[in-house]
Amino acid sequence: MSKHVVVIGGGVAGLEVAGQLSKVGIEVSLIEKENKSGGHLNNWYRLFPDRRNSTEVKEYLDGMTHNGGIKLLTNTTIEKLNRSGSHFSITTNEGKELIADAVIVATGFDLFKSARKEEYGYGIYDNVFTSADLEEMFKKGELALTNGIVPETIGIIHCVGSRDEKVGNFYCSKLCCVTAVKQAIEIREYLPDSKVFCFYMDMRMGGAFYEELYREAQEKWGVNFIRGKVSEASETIENKLLIKVEDTLAGRPLKMKLDMLVLMAGMEMSEGGKKIAGIGGLRTGENRFFAATDNHFGSNKSNIEGVFYAGTCTAPMNITETISHARAAVVEVIDYLKNSK
Amino acid sequence: MQFDPFVIPFNIGLYFILIYVVARSVIWFRDLSRPDKLRLQRGFFGIPFALSLKEIFMESLIHRKILKTNLRLGYMHMSLAFGWFLLILFGTIEADIFGAKHLNAPYKAIFFRFFNPDHGRMGFEAAYGFLMDLILVFILSGLLLAVTKRFYSKIVGMKKTTRLKLTDRIALTSLWLIFPSRLLAESFTCGVYGTGSFLTGSLGAWLAAFLPAQQMAYPFWWLYSISLGTFFILLPVTRYMHIPTELFLIFMRNAGIKTGDKAGTYSEVQTYSCSSCGICIDACQLNFSAGITNIQSAYFMKAIRNNDDVSEIADNCLMCGRCDQKCPVGIELSPIRMIQRRGGEAENDIRNIYKGYFRSRQTIISEKAIASSNYNFLQETVPEKTDILYFAGCMTHLTPSIKNSMIKILDASGVKYSFIDKQGGACCGRPLMLAGQDKEARELINYNSQMIWKSGAHTLVTSCPICYKVFKESYYLDVEVLHHTQFIKMLIDDGSVKLNFLHKKVVYHSPCDLGRGSGVYDEPKDVLKHVSRLERSNFEDGNSLCCGGSLANMKISSQTKKKIALDAAIELTKNSPDILATACPLCKKTFSAVTETRVADISEIVAEALIMNPLKKNSGSNISSIKELANI
Repeated sequence: MSKHVVVIGGGVAGLEVAGQLSKVGIEVSLIEKENKSGGHLNNWYRLFPDRRNSTEVKEYLDGMTHNGGIKLLTNTTIEKLNRSGSHFSITTNEGKELIADAVIVATGFDLFKSARKEEYGYGIYDNVFTSADLEEMFKKGELALTNGIVPETIGIIHCVGSRDEKVGNFYCSKLCCVTAVKQAIEIREYLPDSKVFCFYMDMRMGGAFYEELYREAQEKWGVNFIRGKVSEASETIENKLLIKVEDTLAGRPLKMKLDMLVLMAGMEMSEGGKKIAGIGGLRTGENRFFAATDNHFGSNKSNIEGVFYAGTCTAPMNITETISHARAAVVEVIDYLKNSK
Repeated sequence: MQFDPFVIPFNIGLYFILIYVVARSVIWFRDLSRPDKLRLQRGFFGIPFALSLKEIFMESLIHRKILKTNLRLGYMHMSLAFGWFLLILFGTIEADIFGAKHLNAPYKAIFFRFFNPDHGRMGFEAAYGFLMDLILVFILSGLLLAVTKRFYSKIVGMKKTTRLKLTDRIALTSLWLIFPSRLLAESFTCGVYGTGSFLTGSLGAWLAAFLPAQQMAYPFWWLYSISLGTFFILLPVTRYMHIPTELFLIFMRNAGIKTGDKAGTYSEVQTYSCSSCGICIDACQLNFSAGITNIQSAYFMKAIRNNDDVSEIADNCLMCGRCDQKCPVGIELSPIRMIQRRGGEAENDIRNIYKGYFRSRQTIISEKAIASSNYNFLQETVPEKTDILYFAGCMTHLTPSIKNSMIKILDASGVKYSFIDKQGGACCGRPLMLAGQDKEARELINYNSQMIWKSGAHTLVTSCPICYKVFKESYYLDVEVLHHTQFIKMLIDDGSVKLNFLHKKVVYHSPCDLGRGSGVYDEPKDVLKHVSRLERSNFEDGNSLCCGGSLANMKISSQTKKKIALDAAIELTKNSPDILATACPLCKKTFSAVTETRVADISEIVAEALIMNPLKKNSGSNISSIKELANI
């Protein structure tokens, strides 16, 4: 008798898990709250470090999941998650009950809501955007201010909602630095006459080819990197943004007028993930992400036997890491299904 | 001559404490500044004197304020204080009427039963004896509560009780022994003679039935005398010093003496007036939200009395002022804390027993070792001449929606104003003041004062209660300082702005520096009532909570602050309002981080409700209404 696994979340991790499980003949129900799968990947323009088009990765993932054995349930959320004996009983928002032998949670992340850093004026000033807004603009091919004018000076603020005690996030989201570098290059590419300033605390270029991209941004694209955290932004009469920042390398306070401000929003545990944690009794850590049973050799295991984690619902990860983590989850699930009965 | 050696301990104690209190009063009086001396002298005549007597009766004896806060705790304090007072009063009268002669030595009143064992058999004497027994029962019932509170504080409705040092323990034990030993001593004596009223008589008869009452009585009279003597001798080095000191405090306060910004007689008298009742501990959010239980004002007062290093305690405080509000003795706790902050680390006196009785005035190192400040980088700015200045303040710049709302309101009202720190200004100075760095704060105050003075404005409006408080208290300016809620109320009252009514359920959080700190409670609520459905919370006005974001606490972590914020937000949003309204950018920022409910400053709500007047009644040259307002 074939086994049935429910995968919660149809983003990169969920799709990879579903694809790999169906390859070995396990039935999969893939639950996605939106009307289509793909998660955040649908919103990204190009991916770091090689700046390939995000659709290429999407195509790979879709290809994985088109080989049958996967039931995709879109516009679906989970209301109940109970363990009864060796099975899990899952009730969806439409009242449908699914019986599963194992559950994989791949609920991913939410972007930090930048309006929470009110001092940067997101949602208050016209020309403050987030990194996600910028991706959207690139996808549409319209990089312009709200009034349609092309910006000349653009500031990028790193660590918005990451490494920030005041918003309750101690951790580093790890990928905003390289996102900022990628987007700075793209802005310069798109608007060759523009000036781009990145305001950073540290440059954390800890991935393959990230450092190279950072170097390219400086040498080839002339992006300015200023070490210092922006304290506040305000709007001037001519509709520019005046930012206050301390240049900590030069050791002096700095005021700068910019046309556009881009906030590198960090990654947070998703709202959907929080809900699952609540209804399923799954343990979360101090950073609010799901807490795996072991940091080194149990990063896919939850506190409930038969429930596994895949991807950024446990910590910030890039796509490469997410796919690896998802594959590791598949190994754990297969092992579990073999040994339980 | 009626005398027995057992009265000696009592006599030593009594005369010691009387002499001590006189000596201490002389020292305190001598240390007062000349104006305060004159004030105090005046306080001993006329209405202030009558007020003081009334207050002494109501607070030191009846403990009205404690009764109002907590009935059982109040009863405990009242029965001990008022009961003991009555016992002494009626005891003295008893000795005077029924004693061998008039005007007896105090011990004859206290030990009346010993010297007159056969007294009180019938008629008036018996009735009087009944009264004395009744008073004793009154005291003993309070004592029973006190003993229970020590071991199980919840019985009197207190979550926490103060911890004690050794001398306090000995004094406490002797205090506890006083009344039971009197009860037993009197009962045994009554048992022998078959006298006494409903308590001492019945207990005595019952005890005498199976115990040698004659032999038993005498040791208990000794115990009674020794307990009294010990208590009196230890009184100056324990918290019980509050009993005589509070009288002094009441006279000083009613004479109009204030704490000021330096340590002196008044701050010392206040420190000694603290009875460690513990009401401040229950009021403190650091206690009930953050579990910090060693920095509350009762402990702070005790640490100062003990000459301990208090810098840690002094800095670990939100300065929300909840304890000032609740202190039944009316001690100005926050100003005393500020004195310690300014002082930095005080030099510790060599501790010996003498120092305990005559504490030398705290020596404070006058100059603190900090890097020399330098605000030369602040640019000289010449502001435009205007009627009304708007000073947003640093915190408002971090919450730009408040700033934008204020600009919208100011523009709509048509007043002539200038946004003085539009491009960013200097800090008002209060954060430095709260850190005890007055000298540095003064530099910023001078800088801002010059700018305000040059503008020629009549009115200064600020959005931040932190700025508001310091502008009002520490700037010497010839302008009317208004918080924007007060200003908006004026604009509404004189018709300069017209507002819609928003169908929103709103609960108001009164910011510490605006409410308790500056006494502005009504204007914000009046404005909110005008535009929305204002609902009451359980924490109104003087009892409002601190949001936890206070700049004043230099010790706790962000997470601890968040815990306080979360608890406060839960309390305030209990009836699920649409908006949690506040009047402080810092409160707004702090609450926004912890609640799903929309948090908004009053200015934002008003800006939302603004009816843009197409007639522009006040625009251009016609700014009469606001000019009148500004000339007040």
